[in-house]
Amino acid sequence: MEALVHQVLSGFATGGIYASLALALVMIYQSTHHINFAQGEMAMFSTYLAWTCVNAGLPYWAAFALTLALSFVIGVVIERVVIRPVEHAPVLSVVIVFIALLAILNSLAGWIYSYTIKSFPSPFTWQGLSNPYLAPHEIGIVGVTVVVLLLLYAFFRFTPLGLAMRAAAQNPVSSRLAGIRVGWMLALGWGLAAAIGAIAGMMIAPVVYLDPNMMSGIMLYAFAAALLGGIDNPVGAVVGGFVVGVVENLAGAYVVGTELKLTVALVLIVGVLLFRPSGLFGRRYVTRV
Amino acid sequence: MGALLEVRELCAGYGATDVLHDVAFEVAEGGITTVLGANGAGKTTLLRAVCGLIRRRGQVRFGGQPIERRVTEDIVRLGLAHVPDGRGTFVQLSTEENLRVGAITRRDRRAVQGDMERMYGYFPRLRERREQQAGTLSGGEQQMLAIARALMLRPRLLVLDEPSFGLAPLVVQDIFRIMRTVNTEEKVSILLVEQNARLALELADSAYLLETGRVVLGGPAARLRDDETVRRAYLGY
Repeated sequence: MEALVHQVLSGFATGGIYASLALALVMIYQSTHHINFAQGEMAMFSTYLAWTCVNAGLPYWAAFALTLALSFVIGVVIERVVIRPVEHAPVLSVVIVFIALLAILNSLAGWIYSYTIKSFPSPFTWQGLSNPYLAPHEIGIVGVTVVVLLLLYAFFRFTPLGLAMRAAAQNPVSSRLAGIRVGWMLALGWGLAAAIGAIAGMMIAPVVYLDPNMMSGIMLYAFAAALLGGIDNPVGAVVGGFVVGVVENLAGAYVVGTELKLTVALVLIVGVLLFRPSGLFGRRYVTRV
Repeated sequence: MGALLEVRELCAGYGATDVLHDVAFEVAEGGITTVLGANGAGKTTLLRAVCGLIRRRGQVRFGGQPIERRVTEDIVRLGLAHVPDGRGTFVQLSTEENLRVGAITRRDRRAVQGDMERMYGYFPRLRERREQQAGTLSGGEQQMLAIARALMLRPRLLVLDEPSFGLAPLVVQDIFRIMRTVNTEEKVSILLVEQNARLALELADSAYLLETGRVVLGGPAARLRDDETVRRAYLGY
């Protein structure tokens, strides 16, 4: 019984990471209807930036804040420089751009930092947190995820800028007619998504260690989470993230074993696409022809 | 009275095709101008061209400033509010959030709150639905919401694209009554595009007739009302 509780809670911890990344995917999907395949590599690159800051002697939380700011700026710049020119391009061109971005960021990280695996510090080492169910760092992950989600909710729900971003994502023409600079809202969305990814990267790096391919598996789970919740629903993405985290952990411990865990994500993705393409919370769009 | 909106030699269209050819018209400061025309005459295109939503050339002056090279967002910020065809509702936002979006460029928070109350005064139905998702509102309510959203900008010019489209006669009367109030009490000038020529000519003080992208007739609304061809073709008697 104790082992089961441990597996479920630990699933919640990794689920928080998937939830954050799935949320970042959904944010960009809602405003552009594109899946950002480079989301994971952006998060990985941000984590390397954090590693650089920590190694330069910055205290952890200062490095954390600086990384967030840098990632936000990088996200905005990527949207302006790389994504904006293909705004009206066919879907496949955009997908190619995303894959190119993925490959470039991956190689760039390998080139700058080498492919050797590095360890990444955790700020949650306080032994007062120790208990039979969760490691202190896992408790930290859950805490950070919850804070991030609450902040995002408050931002989108209660601030004028958050409202403008939601409006721009829903109805760009009407938004322009209200005076909203839709292009900048998209760029801001990219910045936010990059910052969320950075947090996820920094939280998971102490667990999976830092290397240029650290996010590939995690992104599969995040995709599964986003699809499970409904790719256009932020709440669904978060719920999906936690569900995938727990399911993955339980399946790994009791059903398929840790080696085959990743297939759980693929089974989920294929299953959702086959049987419920709009996800658990997604809206179905009916078009009259 | 000077002209608030002055359009000269306006050509506009989609892709390579021009829909409007050398269009000229005016909206007087404090006045109500209506543009009449059949389906496909270019009425909606005309409004989109004025707001910079489509490719255009020619001269457009708003409050004395040339705006033909400005982007929509900047034109809106000068005080031109456009109620688009199809109403442009933010369907997933609540009624109240829709109104907030209308005032999003404004910094005077307290006045925005006051204006919101004023809109609920004009359209009590919207107050009843303030927390409701706007997509679930009826067609008439969404039209009211669209007008209220545009007014939240505190515009100098309110541009309306067929506000009567698809609505019950009573609702249409209501909406036209409120347009009159907004014009006389808040001094908002109005540019109205309508298929319902009778109603539009009753409300407006000057009118233009658009046929296949060209202005074929223009002048005081009363004169168009008495014009033989307008009467036969658009008023039906």
